[in-house]
Amino acid sequence: MKYSYYPGCTLKTKAKDLDRYGRLCAEKLGIILEEPDNWQCCGGVYPQGEDEIATKLSSVRALADAKEKGQDLVTLCSACHHVLKRVNHDMKQNETIRLRANNYLKLDSPYQGETNVIHYLEMLRDKVGFDNLKKAVVNPQTDRKIAPYYGCLLLRPGKVMAFDDPEDPRIMEDFIRAIGATPVKYSQRNECCGGYLTLENKKAAQKRAGAVVDSAEQAGADLMITACPLCLYNLDANVPEGSVPVQYFTEILAEALGVKEEV
Amino acid sequence: MSLTNQVTAADILRISGVDASRCMQCGKCSGACPNYDEMDIPPHRFAIMVRQGRITELMESQAIYRCLSCFACSQRCPRNVEPAKLIEAVRLTVIRQKGQNHMKADSIPEKLDEKLPQQAIVSAMRKYSK
Ligand code: SF4
Ligand code: SF4
Repeated sequence: MKYSYYPGCTLKTKAKDLDRYGRLCAEKLGIILEEPDNWQCCGGVYPQGEDEIATKLSSVRALADAKEKGQDLVTLCSACHHVLKRVNHDMKQNETIRLRANNYLKLDSPYQGETNVIHYLEMLRDKVGFDNLKKAVVNPQTDRKIAPYYGCLLLRPGKVMAFDDPEDPRIMEDFIRAIGATPVKYSQRNECCGGYLTLENKKAAQKRAGAVVDSAEQAGADLMITACPLCLYNLDANVPEGSVPVQYFTEILAEALGVKEEV
Repeated sequence: MSLTNQVTAADILRISGVDASRCMQCGKCSGACPNYDEMDIPPHRFAIMVRQGRITELMESQAIYRCLSCFACSQRCPRNVEPAKLIEAVRLTVIRQKGQNHMKADSIPEKLDEKLPQQAIVSAMRKYSK
């Protein structure tokens, strides 16, 4: 299995763990992730304005590059995934955006949303299969009670993201079972962590992150996992000290697959 | 610097692609909003005010900077109104005007800490300035 892989800016800097564990695990599972040479930052947030064209172009470039190579495009960061998936949807469905973006880019052949964008977790579920993942586990995480944190960006809007049931998802719980641990269900698993509000109104962001972590703790979690660097930050830096720890899901996966030491 | 350009409900429709007149004021969006306490204009009121053409009031609200873009409102709206898009459209009509950036690059260094990911800065600058 060979895919285009879009790491995004933060996975090259503060979120190196999300990236390097993700790559190691992919290798272990026999998957080749090819990073395009010239990808650009997706902008972090999906530009919702119908007349926002320039802010969508970096995504279109990555999507068109994958199309040229005839590969699906795998993402790891929830925010990158959200932006690329929604821009791709626009390129498929919105005639004006498609026309205007192509007018800017002047590609050899116009891009019309042909690329399949899949998140790493979807790759594990749909391409590898959780049953096969389970067979590849060498260190089952049997004693761990893990609270999966979905947040917003992987799930909503459900019609576009088509990731899982946006109100009652299970992909991360299934992932946790596949690595031998016990998933902990809690009410705030798909409520916002505070996101970029941490730079605008720290107190409100702390309140949001606190509610999420508190909900996971009440449910008995000893670890939270996420796919998003900004969620990780909020659930770590914007909550009281001594709260339940949070990790990238790729780190616990690396532990389960016995490749963590290789880093 | 004050806002110079007048903005109409038709502008918001054009930018957001959302027809606020579909809103039936059921309040599901505000019920779902995780930041409700901080929103001086919660999403269901935001939608009706767009419909009423009260755009200037919305442009002067705090809600346009406090919305988390979490899409809970859009997900749960039974009429496909997508309040998050209305809020974003109004914010765009403010920050696109001269001198109206809500967050300035100069203010970033003092907000940094050891762990803050680049994604936070990129996202906030995209939301709050042009
Ligand atoms: S959920 Fe939709 S229809 Fe109901 S008040 Fe909100 S915007 Fe209006
Ligand atoms: S997108 Fe904004 S208005 Fe809608 S639920 Fe989230 S914070 Fe509230």
